[in-house]
Amino acid sequence: METLGKYFIFLGTLLVNRESFKTYFNLTMEECVKIGINSIFLVSLVSFFIGAVTTIQTAYNLVSPLIPDYVISLVVRDMTLLELSPTIIAVIFAGKVGSSLSSGLGTMRISEQIDALEVMGINSASYLVLPKILASLMMYPLLVILSALLSLFGGYLAGTLTGVITPYEYIYGIRFEFNEFTVTFALIKSFAFAFLVASISCFKGFYTRGGALEVGQASTAAVTQSVIAVLTADYLLAQLLL
Amino acid sequence: MIEIENISKSFGDKNVLEGISATFKKGMPNLIIGSSGTGKSVLLKCIVGLIPPDTGTVKYDGLDFTHANRDQKTEVRRQIGMLFQGGALFDSKTVEENVMFPLNVLTKMSSSEKIDRVNFCLERVGLEGQNKKMPSEISGGMKKRVGIARAIVNNSNYLFCDEPNSGLDPQTSILIDDLIMEITEEYDITTIVVTHDMNSVLGIGENIIFLYQGHKVWEGNKNEIMHSGIKEFDDFVFANKVMQKLKNR
Repeated sequence: METLGKYFIFLGTLLVNRESFKTYFNLTMEECVKIGINSIFLVSLVSFFIGAVTTIQTAYNLVSPLIPDYVISLVVRDMTLLELSPTIIAVIFAGKVGSSLSSGLGTMRISEQIDALEVMGINSASYLVLPKILASLMMYPLLVILSALLSLFGGYLAGTLTGVITPYEYIYGIRFEFNEFTVTFALIKSFAFAFLVASISCFKGFYTRGGALEVGQASTAAVTQSVIAVLTADYLLAQLLL
Repeated sequence: MIEIENISKSFGDKNVLEGISATFKKGMPNLIIGSSGTGKSVLLKCIVGLIPPDTGTVKYDGLDFTHANRDQKTEVRRQIGMLFQGGALFDSKTVEENVMFPLNVLTKMSSSEKIDRVNFCLERVGLEGQNKKMPSEISGGMKKRVGIARAIVNNSNYLFCDEPNSGLDPQTSILIDDLIMEITEEYDITTIVVTHDMNSVLGIGENIIFLYQGHKVWEGNKNEIMHSGIKEFDDFVFANKVMQKLKNR
């Protein structure tokens, strides 16, 4: 409970004694590149193969002649939008970006760079952390959209090239009884997950004490706790919104 | 001028500082000395506000910093320059960007004014032409000098140095001490240096306070250290052989 309270106080400090808008704008843009652009390759690769594997495995399991083939892409579509793209990519996001945020801030803490900011009269939490959270909130939903598109494309290629489904049936299944709310739901989840991963990772890194060993421990704790928070939020959002 | 009154600080049941009072004067280096673990760095961090003291007050030119509101503290802090033990340079920024950082965040100077000021400060610490190097590409002594340049770039009124000579060879240590002395006198600022290096004490110790197990045991200047008559202080001062030889002369 003490850690939870400290976390909320930490979030509160992000919004007080801020620097100029221009400062935050520049920092946020820099973080967008680090957090978003640099994650595109990994997210694309994972998403493409998730779509491809989901298509093949769904086809493998749907052996009844009573079930039409387009159900394969329908399943892939709903799994991708509802769960795989927002949630699995959030776990990867926590591993790649969360650990980087935590270890970066942890290293700044133990090498007194954060103290240097404080001495200059700069709210170090706000200056260092707020741009990272804003950048995550801006970039992660875009990564989820990219992930969903590539996942569906991966499924299309895997399905059509192996002959488990025709291109027509795949497209038909993708469009069949499409509920737009699944996209809205995926985006709501992506905002929530982005906030959780970025804020928890920064929190763990910002309060690192000790040396290199503690930076590593903080980074590991950041990933673990972010993933637990993401999965908990995933369940709660599904319960609330579906 | 900085005045501290009755500063105490404990971590858990360990009393690190107990009732420290002192005055740090303008225009001369003020040294806080003592063995490792006596609370020197904690006292410095209490003075700059990185660690809140349990009791006591810190006054910057009469302003009670300990009980000041956030805006007043920010105002004071923007007049502070600090040289950290490891330099505390931002790893991802070049030498020039590190020195320019306070100007970017705290002032509305134009780009050309900022570059002129950075070049002036780098020249002042003997690092002209090193603008584009990364902190990982320069030596420990150069990092300290970049730290000093960053500390003075914003025309600070207060300069704090936490063990500026640690990890440096004797010649570079003297260079850093001389630089601190020159800057303090030239800009008439209040400088506090935490050190346990006797060369620094003898070189720039115009006003010295000696801490022992969290207490202020002695106060004086470099000319008085040979005759303090206090056992704890003498043990510290004459711990090395050169000082022992000096004493026996």
